[in-house]
Amino acid sequence: MIPGPFEYHRPTTVADAVKLLSTYGDDARALAGGQSLIPMMKLRLATPEHLVDLRDVKELKGVSQEGDHIVIGPMTTQHELLMSDLIAKSLPILQETALTVSDPQVRYCGTIGGNVANGDPGNDMPALMMTLGAIYRLEGMEEGREVPAREFYQGAYFTALEPGEMLTGIAIPIPPAGHGYAYEKLKRKIGDYATAAAAVVLTMSGGKVASCSIGLTNLSETPLLAEAAAQLVVGTTLDDETLKRAAAAAEAIMSPAADGRGPVEYRKHAGGVMVARALKRAASRAG
Amino acid sequence: MAKKVHVTMTVNGQQVEGLVEPRTLLVHFIRENLQLTGTHIGCETTHCGACTVDLDGMSVKSCTMFAVQAEGANILTIEGMANPDGTLSALQEGFRMMHGLQCGFCTPGMIMRAHRLLQENRNPTEEQIRFGISGNLCRCTGYQNIVKAIQYAAAKMNGVEFKEAAE
Repeated sequence: MIPGPFEYHRPTTVADAVKLLSTYGDDARALAGGQSLIPMMKLRLATPEHLVDLRDVKELKGVSQEGDHIVIGPMTTQHELLMSDLIAKSLPILQETALTVSDPQVRYCGTIGGNVANGDPGNDMPALMMTLGAIYRLEGMEEGREVPAREFYQGAYFTALEPGEMLTGIAIPIPPAGHGYAYEKLKRKIGDYATAAAAVVLTMSGGKVASCSIGLTNLSETPLLAEAAAQLVVGTTLDDETLKRAAAAAEAIMSPAADGRGPVEYRKHAGGVMVARALKRAASRAG
Repeated sequence: MAKKVHVTMTVNGQQVEGLVEPRTLLVHFIRENLQLTGTHIGCETTHCGACTVDLDGMSVKSCTMFAVQAEGANILTIEGMANPDGTLSALQEGFRMMHGLQCGFCTPGMIMRAHRLLQENRNPTEEQIRFGISGNLCRCTGYQNIVKAIQYAAAKMNGVEFKEAAE
């Protein structure tokens, strides 16, 4: 399987990368870790004529704290997220999720930016970014802009990114100390996309849920924020009846495709189970 | 056809160069240009790990990287794994002693992945080994003896006697 021919570009600054991407427009693709794009190119599902490799753009790498946000450069790999003490301390759910992404080799190359910007509904990080209320920094030839993850995803492989624009930063508000979190993912095997997955971040107060957000992976054309389900658990002790109702509320917004991972009914049911499990595990971690 | 690009990299300690189309995959460059055919092509879809090489301290599936992306990289393949005097390295010896291969197709990828795993964690638990090689498929062994081979190598590298866990 050989990809179609393309011209290879290796800029060293965001300005140069943006220039290349705007010059070639729809004929160009940005190359991050390549772990989704290269397989797509081998299958000729993607046939860019110009590939803009971002690996030498140093300003796109790294994890830092800016006030009450963690800012992640999009070229930071999943492996680097797993090695980061700052992420371990401030955003442990990011590491729990990264560990479910594909396999070790893919995590050495695959980047968080590629994962969130590709718009693949199977990717795990987009739903997590929605759950955490992350903000994406986009740069193009005109002035840069910031788009909340919750408004970024428009359809399978369709995002708010315009031709000539690229993702240059991900800012994630640091959840309060003592928050509970869990990413529950059902998959057929290591390396597979989720049959269904749910991300939960919550806080507890006096044994009751004080705040909660829930994200869903691979249960629709886009990642989903299960707002009604999250609303419903606030003020409860997450008793079995509440968990059942939350799962049902989440299932009501799911519209997964029937595929090798199972028929629609099964995947929705599994999605509800993931929501209930993630809520329970998140609560057990909150302190 | 897109313009060819000149690439240079270090493979098994040797500086190498070539003229490649940008779409040339690293595994094809290694196998066809460099004639190092120990690195295998299995699934071609980033699943099986047979094409795993060590690149700048990372285990990488060389079927999912373009040769041009490896410009300037330091790469180790199975051909570079033996000790300088030609004897088998601890990992290679482990696979031999523990019967860690049957058909052998996955072995170069397994050894290259295990090499990086042991560089990062000198004394992995069985679970860490299994998680660490989860990007490499073997259709013969059922993995039991591959895990033992890696445990054997870890013990040897740490200078302790390898004891098989009771079944």
